Amino acid sequence: MPKILQTIGLTKSFPGVLANDHIDLEIEEGEIHGLLGENGAGKSVLMSTIYGLYRPDEGKILIRGKEVTIDSPHTAIQYGIGMVHQNLTLVSSFRVWENIVLGKEIKKGLSLNEKETLKKLEELLKMANLEVDLRAKTEELFLGSQQRIEILKILYRGAEILIFDEPTTILTPQEVDQLINTFRSLKKEGKTIIFISHKLKEIFAVCDRVTVLRKGRKVGTLPIEEAAPEKLAEMMVGRDVLFSFPKGKKPGEEIILKLEGIATPVEKGKVALQNINFNLHVGEILGIAGVEGNGQRELAELIVGLIKPRKGRIFFRGEDITFLSTKERIKRGIAHIPEDRMQRGIISDFTVWENLIIGFEDQPPFVKGKFTLNHSFLKQFSSQKIKEFEIDAPGNDVLVKNLSGGNQQRVVLARELSGNVVLLVASQPTRGLDIAATEYLRNKLLELKNQDKGIILISADLDEIRSLSDRVLVLYEGKIMGELSPESDEYQFGLLMGGKSIDEVLA
Amino acid sequence: MRFSLKKSPSHFSILPEIIAILLAFFIGALILLFSGYSPLVAFSALFRGAFGSRNAWGQTLTQATPILFTALAFLLTFRAGIFNIGVEGQFLMGAMASALAGIYFSGLPAPLHIALSLFLGGAMGALWGLIPALLKVYLGAHEVITTMMMSYIASYLTSYMVNYPFKAPGWVAQTEPVAKTALLPKILPPTQLSLSFIISLFLSLLVSFFLFHTYLGFQIRAVGLNPGVAENRGIEIKNRQILAFLLSGFIAGIGGGGEILGVHGRFVDGFSPGYGWDGIAVSLVGKLHPGGCVLASILFGMLRAGGMTMTRVTKVPLDLSLIIQSLVIILVSAPYFIKVVILRKKDF
Amino acid sequence: MEIGTLFNLSILQATIRMATPLTFAALGGMFCERAGVINIGLEGIMLNSAFWAVFAAYFSGSSGVGFLAGVLSGMALGAVLAIFTVKYYADQIVIGTGINIFGLGFSAFMCQKIWGSRGASGAVAGLPSLSIPLLNKIPYLGPLLNNHSILVYLSFLAFIFSHYLLFHTPWGLRLRAVGENPQSADTAGINVHLYKIVFVILGSTLAGLGGVFLSLAHLNFFAWGMTNGRGFIALAAMIFGKWTPVGCFLASLLFGFADALQMRIQTLGILPPQIILLLPYLITILVLAGLVGRATPPSDYKPYIKK
Repeated sequence: MPKILQTIGLTKSFPGVLANDHIDLEIEEGEIHGLLGENGAGKSVLMSTIYGLYRPDEGKILIRGKEVTIDSPHTAIQYGIGMVHQNLTLVSSFRVWENIVLGKEIKKGLSLNEKETLKKLEELLKMANLEVDLRAKTEELFLGSQQRIEILKILYRGAEILIFDEPTTILTPQEVDQLINTFRSLKKEGKTIIFISHKLKEIFAVCDRVTVLRKGRKVGTLPIEEAAPEKLAEMMVGRDVLFSFPKGKKPGEEIILKLEGIATPVEKGKVALQNINFNLHVGEILGIAGVEGNGQRELAELIVGLIKPRKGRIFFRGEDITFLSTKERIKRGIAHIPEDRMQRGIISDFTVWENLIIGFEDQPPFVKGKFTLNHSFLKQFSSQKIKEFEIDAPGNDVLVKNLSGGNQQRVVLARELSGNVVLLVASQPTRGLDIAATEYLRNKLLELKNQDKGIILISADLDEIRSLSDRVLVLYEGKIMGELSPESDEYQFGLLMGGKSIDEVLA
Repeated sequence: MRFSLKKSPSHFSILPEIIAILLAFFIGALILLFSGYSPLVAFSALFRGAFGSRNAWGQTLTQATPILFTALAFLLTFRAGIFNIGVEGQFLMGAMASALAGIYFSGLPAPLHIALSLFLGGAMGALWGLIPALLKVYLGAHEVITTMMMSYIASYLTSYMVNYPFKAPGWVAQTEPVAKTALLPKILPPTQLSLSFIISLFLSLLVSFFLFHTYLGFQIRAVGLNPGVAENRGIEIKNRQILAFLLSGFIAGIGGGGEILGVHGRFVDGFSPGYGWDGIAVSLVGKLHPGGCVLASILFGMLRAGGMTMTRVTKVPLDLSLIIQSLVIILVSAPYFIKVVILRKKDF
Repeated sequence: MEIGTLFNLSILQATIRMATPLTFAALGGMFCERAGVINIGLEGIMLNSAFWAVFAAYFSGSSGVGFLAGVLSGMALGAVLAIFTVKYYADQIVIGTGINIFGLGFSAFMCQKIWGSRGASGAVAGLPSLSIPLLNKIPYLGPLLNNHSILVYLSFLAFIFSHYLLFHTPWGLRLRAVGENPQSADTAGINVHLYKIVFVILGSTLAGLGGVFLSLAHLNFFAWGMTNGRGFIALAAMIFGKWTPVGCFLASLLFGFADALQMRIQTLGILPPQIILLLPYLITILVLAGLVGRATPPSDYKPYIKK
């Protein structure tokens, strides 16, 4: 019996990167197939190629034994392939039903037929065992519900093969459980599911078989019964993986940062922080855990000075910095690795040296006299930083947009750590980075901790938080739900991340 | 001027710009043909009027001068991420202020009178730019519309002033002449070329130095390319945007003043045939770099100066220059179009 | 001077008339921006259509032919904007500015060439007005809305149809997706570039009708620069109207009133003409200044680049 989906020798490369290297993939009908690999292993590219977002350089795609050419998602859907991406592609101002039927609307004459549409969609909801308010405005729903819209979109178009690309990144552990149940319901309906993840736990929870990719190549496919976590991890990374980092010394007594009763203003599109209280000590990595979109960005921007609170105070080494400008905070030693590199971290059309000096350009020795840039010093400074932070760039004058993500992050790091840093706010610092860059960054954080700096590590990656932090706070809807030690049970984290209070959790 | 002279291919190629200009002329020629004019005759008159003699050169550079001022003004705000298409209005207001200062301040030695009048012209231009700046920065009003409106207001306001309160006796809508001590000396008699041209060149050097060798210029460029990053590193975005607008208005205002004090000697209603628009085109053709602006302004000055000869000799309407200019703007800003369609390059 | 000389039936009728070119242009700009393209070139498109309408009407003797010419001109310039910005990723504001300068230069050039005068063309037969007997039965609104140029009624139809199209048809739904989240439209199988191009052309054509109104209904000749910034005022109306057809229509009425008011005050001769002519532009700035942070555009206007 032919496989429902097969790739033979599928190859795709981008400038400078061989993303998929002659991959042979076989998916059985009705199975839940896991696709495992580290960041940059090529999982997304492979599935995107199958979904028609990329054209393969070489190789074939077969559906039920017949070779097909998939030149767009539209074509993929016609072959019964649907994909739910990490980044939801929904129109926020639309109602749920409008997002589902977009492109394949139910008409009455020339108009949209809302009544008929709602009727048909209710049937679909029943079949897939999903729940969502079809008339709600998309932007008002939680990410977990929004994701369900994506699933409904592809089911509505008759998808038989459903591909999920890292769907759990935006979900709480409880929502992850719900998603896994959805997978099981869909499997019962005869659908085939391909589940991309880099989290072993999830793969084990639901998959029948798992394929591991590493550096663009397929390492192997195993039935789940034959797969053990260590074996899979080794296949993913190719060497012994440290599941935990050496902790380093204990934090000191001295308090670097103190937040007292902080509340930020309520604004459209932002999460309002409420009643935030915590301290950060010297030599401490304080982890802030939580599903993305619960106030992490706002917390980072608050500490850095981009948002001013409407209540409460911030103290930095005893000084009240609540209304101090960002510039003043930088001068006092507060550094920031922003979560959105392209928006807050690097100016892509500036060169490496220009990016390295942003924020320093108005002080000597960057400036000679009162206004003039000291180009010879800048050149020297830049060359030194490139060496010190191992930035892989052919020179000072290269435009930063031509560097890889990992190197761009190194530029950000080099710049942020160039002043006399006392406190570093690191937001999703390893997101989208390859393994080498990720390790480099994590080691850098530990190094800073051992130098008695204070670090606030904000990350949606719970494993990362638990392996690096001394203490962990959990953020939910702008509130700190509680503090846990990194060794606490993951289920406890999940409860806090899902909105339960610390008392309920510890009871 | 950059701290390394290494030129990366995409950075310094001016081939797309040259092709755009040639293509614009070509389409202009087609328009001439279809309207019953001979492109050959028209263009030869154009080039003769622009470069054919010492007088022609004088005329070209005279026309290039105000264009260079407005181009530098537009460039400065564009680098800050702002689309100040109202440079014409700032130019006009500066011209009026300089004219009035030239007429009504007396008893000053020439260099001081000139400097004061030009300065007041610049200040007026800066003020005219301040209003859209504040509206944009504090109220989020789109500067394209507000500066355009300010331009119309400036046009009507100066027209009113020169037709009523400050009108000199006689038929022509113009002011009294400025005092002799306020006139900028001519540097290429008998042409109209004045010291204003030298001032514009000097200003282009100044702008270049400002943008690439001072920290304020660096910050302005950062704000223009990525305000999010600038803000994250403590650069006051609003501040720098307003600064860019003020400097831009100031330069445009001095340009207006230069025209009055250097060429006309008084404010004449409608003296500007749209130098502000030329400036925008020149900025784009000049790749938003002061050096490029100098070269491109000479090109456009040529279009204007030669155009006047062309009109006199061949009766081709002067507006052909505007048409070619608009085609240059459109073609220069679509380098991808030039590369794919004209040069047949597949890999952009 | 009584208040009656300023606010009476004739000024309200003038408001409806002067709102018409703005309605067309604002709706046109709205469709372009809903597709994700800022159309700064509305001014040049209107001016060009105004010219071509008179050109065709002059040589054919028919205002109907003039109307068609105006439509075609709008489509052509819209196509230029669409192709350069959507397919070749050029800067939308720059191309729009180029179109404005082109409109100004080309219309003046041709005017000079054909009629020997850069300032104004010869007169042509204008478009007819429509008299609807039914309307005369309604007490106050009747005479207000009756006996306007055919284009005025066309503008009403355009606004109603635009509303229906945008919010009640699949094509409007897709257009909104293309503008707000082109990625979502693309994965839904919608041809993003096609929608952008079609609606930019449609929008520009509508704007062109505004120009046709000026030269074939409001006046019956072409005059240099006769749009006088209306293309920009229409953009302000579109923003004020929050990119909805109803909003565009109402905002255009407001600005049309400013225009009508300016013309009325001129005839009263109490202020010099230039000061009065300033008024609509001043009002536009004040309106924009009043829109503190309320306006959220329907797109981020970035070119959609397919991988």
